[in-house]
Amino acid sequence: MAKKERTPEESSRDEAAIRLLEHACAIEVETAFTRADAIAACNIGSQGLCCKNCSMGPCRLVGKTVRGVCGATIATVAARNFARAVAAGASAHSDHGRGLAYTLLEAAEGKAPDYVVRDPVKLNEMARYLGVKTADRSIEEIAKDVALASLTEFGKVEGTVSYLKRAPVKRQKIWQEQGIEPRSIDREIVEMLHRTHIGNDQDAEHILDQALRCALGDGWGGSMLATDLSDVLFGTPAPVRSGANLGILNNNKVNIVVHGHEPTLSEMIVAASLDPELIEYARSKGADGIQLSGICCTANETLMRQGVPLAGNFLQQELAILTGAVEAMVVDIQCIMQGIVPVAERYHTEIITTSPKVKITGATHIEFEEHRALEIAKEIVRRAIDHFPERGEMIVPDVQASVVPGFSHEYITYALGGFYRGSLRPLNDAIAAGRIRGVVANIGCNNARVCHDELFRYVATEFLKNDVLLVETGCGAIASAKQGYMTPEAALEVAGPGLREVCETVGIPPVLHLGSCVDNSRILTVLAQMATEGGLGQDIADIPAVGMAPEWMSEKAISIATYCVASGAYVIMGGSTGPVSGSEEVLHILSEVWESKIGGRLEFVVEGEEIVRRSLEHIDKKRAALGLPEYDASKWGKSGDWRMPELLELPFEKQIEAVYGVNR
Amino acid sequence: MSRYIATRAIRGSNALVAEAEALLKQAVEEKGADTPVAFPNTAYFLPVTFGMLAHEVNTLGDLEFSLAHAKKLLHPLPEDNLWVPYLGETLDSGMATLLAAEAIEGVRFAYGEEPTLYPGLELAGSTSYPQLNGTGHLNGPIDDIQLRSWGIQLVDGRMPGFAALVGAAHSNEAAVAIVRELQRRNILTFLCGNTNGRSVIDQLHEEGVEMGYDTYIVPFGTDTISAIYPLGFATRSALTFGGLKAGQWRDILIYNKFRVFAFVLALGEVDDLKYAAAAGAISYGFPTIADTVIPEILPTGVTRYEHVISMPWNEIEAETEEERAAKMVQRAIEVRGVKVKITEVPVPVAYGSAFEGEVVRRADMRAEFGGKNSRAFEYLLMAPMDEVEDGKIELIGPGLDTLDEGGSMDLALVVEVAGRKMQEDFEPVLERQFHYFINGASGIQHIGQRDITWIRISKAAAEKGFDLKHFGDILYARFHADFGAIVDKLQIKIITDPDLHAEWLAKAREAYDFRNRRLADLTDDAVDTFYSCILCQSFAPTHVCVVSPQRLGLCGAYNWLDCKASYEINPTGPNQPIQKGQCLDDDKGYFAGVNEYAKMASQGTVEEVTMYSIMENPMTACGCFECIVMVIPEANGVMVVSREDPSMTPAGMTFSTLAGIAGGGLQTPGIMGVGKFYLTSPKFVSADGGFKRIVWMSSFLKETMAEEFKQVAEREGDPDLIAKIADETICTDVEGLLAYLESVGHPALTMDMMF
Repeated sequence: MAKKERTPEESSRDEAAIRLLEHACAIEVETAFTRADAIAACNIGSQGLCCKNCSMGPCRLVGKTVRGVCGATIATVAARNFARAVAAGASAHSDHGRGLAYTLLEAAEGKAPDYVVRDPVKLNEMARYLGVKTADRSIEEIAKDVALASLTEFGKVEGTVSYLKRAPVKRQKIWQEQGIEPRSIDREIVEMLHRTHIGNDQDAEHILDQALRCALGDGWGGSMLATDLSDVLFGTPAPVRSGANLGILNNNKVNIVVHGHEPTLSEMIVAASLDPELIEYARSKGADGIQLSGICCTANETLMRQGVPLAGNFLQQELAILTGAVEAMVVDIQCIMQGIVPVAERYHTEIITTSPKVKITGATHIEFEEHRALEIAKEIVRRAIDHFPERGEMIVPDVQASVVPGFSHEYITYALGGFYRGSLRPLNDAIAAGRIRGVVANIGCNNARVCHDELFRYVATEFLKNDVLLVETGCGAIASAKQGYMTPEAALEVAGPGLREVCETVGIPPVLHLGSCVDNSRILTVLAQMATEGGLGQDIADIPAVGMAPEWMSEKAISIATYCVASGAYVIMGGSTGPVSGSEEVLHILSEVWESKIGGRLEFVVEGEEIVRRSLEHIDKKRAALGLPEYDASKWGKSGDWRMPELLELPFEKQIEAVYGVNR
Repeated sequence: MSRYIATRAIRGSNALVAEAEALLKQAVEEKGADTPVAFPNTAYFLPVTFGMLAHEVNTLGDLEFSLAHAKKLLHPLPEDNLWVPYLGETLDSGMATLLAAEAIEGVRFAYGEEPTLYPGLELAGSTSYPQLNGTGHLNGPIDDIQLRSWGIQLVDGRMPGFAALVGAAHSNEAAVAIVRELQRRNILTFLCGNTNGRSVIDQLHEEGVEMGYDTYIVPFGTDTISAIYPLGFATRSALTFGGLKAGQWRDILIYNKFRVFAFVLALGEVDDLKYAAAAGAISYGFPTIADTVIPEILPTGVTRYEHVISMPWNEIEAETEEERAAKMVQRAIEVRGVKVKITEVPVPVAYGSAFEGEVVRRADMRAEFGGKNSRAFEYLLMAPMDEVEDGKIELIGPGLDTLDEGGSMDLALVVEVAGRKMQEDFEPVLERQFHYFINGASGIQHIGQRDITWIRISKAAAEKGFDLKHFGDILYARFHADFGAIVDKLQIKIITDPDLHAEWLAKAREAYDFRNRRLADLTDDAVDTFYSCILCQSFAPTHVCVVSPQRLGLCGAYNWLDCKASYEINPTGPNQPIQKGQCLDDDKGYFAGVNEYAKMASQGTVEEVTMYSIMENPMTACGCFECIVMVIPEANGVMVVSREDPSMTPAGMTFSTLAGIAGGGLQTPGIMGVGKFYLTSPKFVSADGGFKRIVWMSSFLKETMAEEFKQVAEREGDPDLIAKIADETICTDVEGLLAYLESVGHPALTMDMMF
């Protein structure tokens, strides 16, 4: 049953995307956008009411059918489906983290000579949390033990995940009391799958308790390790200047797009793209040089650390190829649509899969090996260069925005006080005073069934107007980057008066880019530090903050949402009624029951206006609970440079007296 | 920050660090890396560098490390578009500025270019520079002696904080008005810098404002670089009183944010370097208030309240410069969160503790009372409630108008006090306050007490209408304000009538005599209760003073009666009664109740404390002590060095260095900070042999306490004892000390071994 076909303007709010969708339409190339129009979502599956966990089914629990063949209830089925999504999402993030731990191990053992420890301070911090001795030891020795200790976290025999102790004490206590401390990262995923097997755990609330535990193993385990290990290996991000959107593709250079989620290979491709020999080789093929750019979270990783520009977010992967300007799209893991292969077949673009975990039929597979990483990266770059002379017609929309990313939690702390006085105190003060009404983590995917970037753009604009500070990762961050909200100028132009004062004081954009989707762990760390800094309660649940994924689609997003809720946050998933909408009981557990047990709640809201309304209501409720003054924008706006231009425009001799102000 | 301020501060810091590097390079070439670098009389080297980096600068070569660190803190200027964040970077640049500024002052000291000479300026108390032979000069850094002597006032709130004035005020009148406003609130005023060549120091000097330690106005230098000295003062207060160690940079800065109430007044146009120095001050939690149009930084966090405030002088709504100054100072106080208690005293001259140190010279004198040509005395006595008419102030006898210019006459100030909680024991406590209360009036000088009181009224004060009856107004206002808890009513007689004067003098002398005998009877054994003093815990969080009748507080400001009165005034205040409890060791002075209290109030740092021994569990010290007593094992005795004495001692350390060991609330057997009157107590280290153990003593003490020590020597049965005690004019090393002791036959040599 085909749905109505959307026009490009109905499919995306991104100008570059619209332009290329028009082009795709003209040359009759199929994309995720058109496929979404063509395929109606399964009405039963989308409500979480289809059980295919055994071959007595699949059972569709619709109409008068309230139990499956085995007798499983609607609530059991919906909860099991939800929980399996959490397990899949958690496994994706965590396996990503495990990969990085192996890379660090090989680097420490000298087996991967292209990798070194770039942030020894962070290595020592990891060592402290993981119980690795550091005194009188070489970086390599520490790195090896940190890698091994990280790997142990995945299959610990006893105890619980070590990073849990990074949470506020009050939060840790809640986890203990609820019995949802993950014992090891892998174990909870395995147990989740076990429990949801036919004829096992058949109590919705109990199933979902394990979903919380499994997700915590992702947020405070796999993802957090992934972030830390990436920082150790590739450097902890600090602000850089770059660009975002398809306009960064260069008409005259060899364009290589990295796509996926891991920095391990892409960091090497960055190095290879700067290799003078390869640049010379590109010139020999008639190109002006090599332009690297990224899609999805590989893009975010290389943007945060190396300033590699963003070509676009999830829904732009096919569109990048449609420009005709991409010589190679190098992909690693996660969120890579198989649809890019048929699009690439229409062009000179080579799709190169690199992960041993990912092969795509029709793509070139060049398997990545850590011990000869740079060599492989160079080989890939060389292949891309070789395609340059094959270029045909190009349509590169002249659309791009500037972006200042790089906000690791370490840098945020530094930004608020420098080396000597760095702390989150100014942030907490700003929230307590009401200059910043609250914080929203606006994150997550794109979804071809939701107008591309529309919800991201809408909620970001509304929140900024309302003095809400935004912290972002993943494809949500890329949406804001393309919108121009990740520039310091945006603070002066679109932020409310209080938020503007704070941004101008620190020199930050009103929307902070914290990295890739595993880097949502950075948001957890910031929230934990805010809670311990004082003045905003003692727990993440006390902070006037909301998490959301307005255009979510992946199982990883479900896992992220769940660990955020388990950490005490109010989380809104946007764009649809959600994967459990068929069970009132499960909806009730995810919201009311979870809130009473762990302080956080999960809701699914379709419309942007309602997302904003509920978020502000929640923020104001938390402010009131903390006894903070009611949000009042009229109190702010006098801070900053606004008086200076007038004074500086005066002739010098007039300035001397004018500095004393106007006589009253 | 704001991008404008960030740009200017970062530019300023880059320039200053480069300048410091060039200066240092030249200095090392010209004078050699081994050339000594030192600020006068401090144990903290270059204090900001020492506090932040734990780096001891002793030579020019040592400065290279400081500047290498400063360079690491520098950053490029923010771009005009798409700038990366700048707040952290600006604050780092501010710290770089401070390190560079201190290095530059260090180089200047090496060249003898500091302090800045200022011919014609005579400071009322300053850091001492004997090498200048009296040439007029600015103060340069505050020395440790003054830092410690201000300590108690900083902690008990009498001196609520300090203001660093940088630049030059809008006019001389404005400069004076601002400084008077600060003085009125007892805020220490530090002066530095200039605006286009003119300094607030010049302005005050031209207007005849007396500057120096005694007037709470310290002129550091006429360039912005000298603004490092207030921050050195701040750093040292954390090290001296906060028990913090060099290198605990974050703690030192946070300590300042929460405990040292300082702010910067940027007067006149703010240039790059001033922005850079202000950025350094912000890391200490000190905000800047400017009298010009500059960007404001209103969000809070690094400082407690706003970071930067602009109050363009012409835009302050006021009729007069005084009113403008008052509004500006008021705003500054709010922005820093300084707690200021002002007692409005209805006299026609300015009033505040900052005027306590003023001297009225004979030439400027309208009249005097006491001294060579007349007799003045003061007497406070308790009277029944119904015999005191509250607020009654009588002048009995001829008034000031009958005196010629520069003349003198007899004067009596008799105050009768009634109060439900008043006790006879409080009479001398209250009477001693006359000195501070009367001295607070600008242009009035008060010296002495009892019947050796000596008061001068300056011509300037008399011209403003100050009259004898105003002594009554001052006493009335202050006693009600400060001692309202024990003073319900008071009436005051100001007596110049010769017959009545003689009559009251006789009564007063009888009372003085009675009190002397009462004090002599007031021994540790005669009371059940000692008092604690934890006033300094705001500065030294684990230090506890135990004050007994025969051992006053180490700052010299609180004796047992003071504490008793203080407890009556404020039952939940810093002075709490300590029941002595069971005496565990009579000789050393162990008391169960004292131990228990010390353990509790020191948060477990001190388990046991002796009242009378320096060798075993001695009492701890904050940092405000008047003298340090230290064992000299070779001499089998102790030395006593006073904080006024900058010389070397036989211990091989100066007072400043010793103070670092004695302070901070830690028990160190063999060393102890004490109040100087404890030296005269029969209980002075009585467990270790008492006063006879003193083998060396700063000559300052010998001179200023000659009378008291004479009596002690007689009490000890050795009338020549004081002469047998060496001082810094005799020797400053152990060999010299031993030779001297043997030559005079000092008793310590034949006493029991201390160890």
